[in-house]
Amino acid sequence: MDMAFLIETIVKIVVILLVFSALAGFGTYFERKVLAFMQRRLGPMHVGPYGLLQIAADGIKLFTKEDIVPQNVVAPIFKIAPVITAATAFMAAAAIPFMPSFTMFGYEVHPIVADINIGILYILGVMGAGLYGPLLGGLASANKWSLISTARAASIFISYEVITGLALLAPLMMVGSLSLIDFNTYQAGGFGDWIVWSQPVAFVLFVIAGFAETGRTPFHLVANDHEIIDGFGTEYSGMRWGLFFIGEYANMFFISFVIAIIFLGGYGDGSGLGALALLAKVSFIFFFFLWTRAAWPDIRPDQLMWLCWKVLMPIAVINIVITGIVMMF
Amino acid sequence: MSLEQFQDRNVAEQNYFHVDIADYPTTNMGKFKRLLSRTFKGELFVGLWVVFREMVKFDIHTVQYPKEKLPVGPRYRAVHKMQRLFESGTERCIGCGLCEKICISNCIRMETKLDENSRKLVTDYTINLGRCIFCGYCAEVCPELAIVHGARYENASDQRAHFTDFNDMLTPIDSAIAGKQKEFDGFGAVTPHEDERVNITPLAY
Repeated sequence: MDMAFLIETIVKIVVILLVFSALAGFGTYFERKVLAFMQRRLGPMHVGPYGLLQIAADGIKLFTKEDIVPQNVVAPIFKIAPVITAATAFMAAAAIPFMPSFTMFGYEVHPIVADINIGILYILGVMGAGLYGPLLGGLASANKWSLISTARAASIFISYEVITGLALLAPLMMVGSLSLIDFNTYQAGGFGDWIVWSQPVAFVLFVIAGFAETGRTPFHLVANDHEIIDGFGTEYSGMRWGLFFIGEYANMFFISFVIAIIFLGGYGDGSGLGALALLAKVSFIFFFFLWTRAAWPDIRPDQLMWLCWKVLMPIAVINIVITGIVMMF
Repeated sequence: MSLEQFQDRNVAEQNYFHVDIADYPTTNMGKFKRLLSRTFKGELFVGLWVVFREMVKFDIHTVQYPKEKLPVGPRYRAVHKMQRLFESGTERCIGCGLCEKICISNCIRMETKLDENSRKLVTDYTINLGRCIFCGYCAEVCPELAIVHGARYENASDQRAHFTDFNDMLTPIDSAIAGKQKEFDGFGAVTPHEDERVNITPLAY
């Protein structure tokens, strides 16, 4: 392994970490503003122009707040749980191509940390492991609300993972590769080549599963503020809670990238315009995450399990069978 | 506009109608049909459209409170004020004691004496705001329009006495002489610009 590759990889990792940590902060501002406008409010207005420095204020608050490890918690697990959420969210980013490769100072840069040939499998696996954050944090918290949230996390986990895998199987059969770059080149022909046109059902299923994976509003059950306080986060304070937060928002960005690359054409032919188009798609999917939060009600955990097992899973299986039949003839 | 709907006082029947809600399905087939109709009805997109429309309209209803304040109606009864006479600037209070007498929560206390001109002088006047229920009887009964209610509703202070000291309640003498003292309209006062908001007078029927 030569030195240049090592340095390049480390630089990429640092850039992704910094950019998406900052984006997670900006995501909270964006979310509060969008939700406020949809509810005829103004949102944060006092810190900085139009409340833009609210992110900095929140950051200072999270960093300087007292770090409390309450009595009766299982301290080592309690402490490691938020790290799992944040770390797995960023680990998943390793196999995501954020931009087409470009040349900088006469050196070709591939904006993907590791183009492994099992890319999407790795991403889904690591994101799935990320659920150990809420699971362990809730179990270790010695709090009833956290325990309920853990039970919900487990029940959601066994529901949506099936849909994610089965929904992706059909596009995988068409592309014949697990690498996200291969997904992108498959759709490089343009608008008409997007997998969303040939696999609309898989697209809808994957988006639904993505909502469950990130715990966003129709399935906002694990940390449902109005039912179980903050779920697994009830006992957390300061930066430990902040790590959960960063993990959640980074996950939203990464799942937006995954949806855009798998179904919506990714960065297309690799031109600068394609890169901008990818950013636009990701922004829209992220906006959609916020949009649904303003418009839709939450469902109960049993309804989510009913939806996943009794409705979505049969549809996903039928979709795979039909795709197989169409591919065979 | 005819007066018919105002003259019809039978409110139980005229404008009410039954909302068209189907009964819950009991059979499995009925439940399945309900699932299908709900799935393809697109109601979720109606919700998305409504919030998106509100975002684009940008019809913000927020009052940025410390910077912006809503106007207080003329009848509003907040912390008391003591008025002065115009021009001369003497205190209006003649020490008659009616406010002390009528106060139903016994929170007004006044001490008076005769001054050198044989005029009654208020030596001590306090209102215990911990007891006051802001009923407005004191302002109503005052023959000299001396004790009135102000519009000061922001009651955060480190000392309760800050609101009850007579000299604090009293209009500053320079603003009284300059004619800047606001009269309290009190009971029955009409909110400004109310005519524009009332569409039809209730006396029409």
